[in-house]
Amino acid sequence: MSPTSKFRVNCIVCPMSCYVEVELDGEIRVTGYRCPRGKEWAVQEALSPKRVVVTVLKVKGGDLPVVSVKTDPVPRDKVREVIRELSKVELVPPLRVGQVVAEVDGVKVYVTREVRGGQQTF
Amino acid sequence: MDVVVIGGGPAGLSAAIRAQELGLKVVVVEEGRLGGILPQCIHTGFGLLTYGEDLTGPELAHRLINSYQGEVLRGHAAGLEYSYHRKRVRVITEGGTVTLEAPTVIYAAGARERHAHEIGIVGDRVAGIYTAGEAQALMDLYGVLPGREVVIVGSGDVGLIMARRLSLEGAKVKAVVEMLPYPGGLARNLMILRDFNIPLLLNHRVVEVRGRGRVERVKVVSGSKEEWIKCDTLLVSAGLVPRVKLLRRAGAIIDERTSGPLVNDRLETSLPGIFAAGNSLVINDLVDYAMEQGRIAAEGAEEFIREGGIPSQDWVKVIPGDNVRSVVPQLISPGREVIAYVRPSKPLNDATLTLPNGRVRLGVIKPSEMLRVRVKAEEGGVAHVEIQG
Repeated sequence: MSPTSKFRVNCIVCPMSCYVEVELDGEIRVTGYRCPRGKEWAVQEALSPKRVVVTVLKVKGGDLPVVSVKTDPVPRDKVREVIRELSKVELVPPLRVGQVVAEVDGVKVYVTREVRGGQQTF
Repeated sequence: MDVVVIGGGPAGLSAAIRAQELGLKVVVVEEGRLGGILPQCIHTGFGLLTYGEDLTGPELAHRLINSYQGEVLRGHAAGLEYSYHRKRVRVITEGGTVTLEAPTVIYAAGARERHAHEIGIVGDRVAGIYTAGEAQALMDLYGVLPGREVVIVGSGDVGLIMARRLSLEGAKVKAVVEMLPYPGGLARNLMILRDFNIPLLLNHRVVEVRGRGRVERVKVVSGSKEEWIKCDTLLVSAGLVPRVKLLRRAGAIIDERTSGPLVNDRLETSLPGIFAAGNSLVINDLVDYAMEQGRIAAEGAEEFIREGGIPSQDWVKVIPGDNVRSVVPQLISPGREVIAYVRPSKPLNDATLTLPNGRVRLGVIKPSEMLRVRVKAEEGGVAHVEIQG
């Protein structure tokens, strides 16, 4: 059995910024939260934190050398792997906002900036 | 032309969209990209209050650009001339100088970043010193990594966001150095330090840069302690300053607390018919507030045109009290409920805000999180705004 582990986090659900403690010793005990959303977020953050990954991908023949993208939320410890895989991708315009341009382990990657072929976008 | 909007960022575009909805003829003057700084802010957290959606900067820019169907003049606004009924904006364009005339102007020129020489950093003048925003443009618009071993000065939001971007793309962030005893960024951005194990040095300052041709090391001091940190890049994230050059030259009164223009509750400056919004009015942490200011300014411009001016009255003067660094607007109409933005001057737990119309319990407050409140004051006298800890 692992010893009792205490996880402390400043809640980011709303500006109240509650200081929430999550104790994990077989059962989960949460203190310091002031709303159910904050409790849920803190437990998720303690057990399996997730992050939306944002980065840029290479574009050949666009207005700029790269285009910004975002992913669906991925487990925090897989973020680096996602970035590594995406560094191999090269895209070609046109690219539309919301277009899925890659998938890493089932995690979808969406374009966040419009790129028309061979001309200034904005 | 009814209104000239100077600046095509989130505040300017929101102003232009709202002005069009109100039936005004609008032209937006923009010297760079429409969307302003948004296209390089590739992280999420934009538009939560406006749309209830968590957008990235480029996505928000896309949405705003698509909602504005009016005229855009590409060029640099170089002059602003004031008279009560007619304003002239001189714009330097590729095809020569163009002068626009309209009864109202909405000034939304944004802010500039403070640079190393403004925060007491001395030493060699070498490559590898960037503001956080410059590094952000390099990485996220042009795909260039600005350095391998980086020290970041200032724990504000842009600096923290760049700490994450640099860490993810293979650079090593050796430290985030903060002069104050508490960190400067939003709570959601402070999590970056934990995620990437980046040391945060509070009560520390970077005072000197050394290198031949390129940054090689920086001196960090705290009290009588000093230490050299090896790095090839120094990122300065030392806050923003409203860009008010044209307003100041035209004669607008500038508030020392915000470094932006003094405004009434329509966000009209001391020059009737010239309104201000976004980071050139007051430094915002949330784009949603900058956009809201754009809409308020547009409504003011419409009222100015319809009524032949914002009705003059006994403005109630807003007085920032204890623990309040600044309040915008600085003048409010008696008896009218208006939106105000309050910047606390220090972090407090369990804070209470006192307004002329009552008290608001706030919980935890920080200077990095501007408060948005509704204020109503009665005729005569002044409106005190203060925070008790």
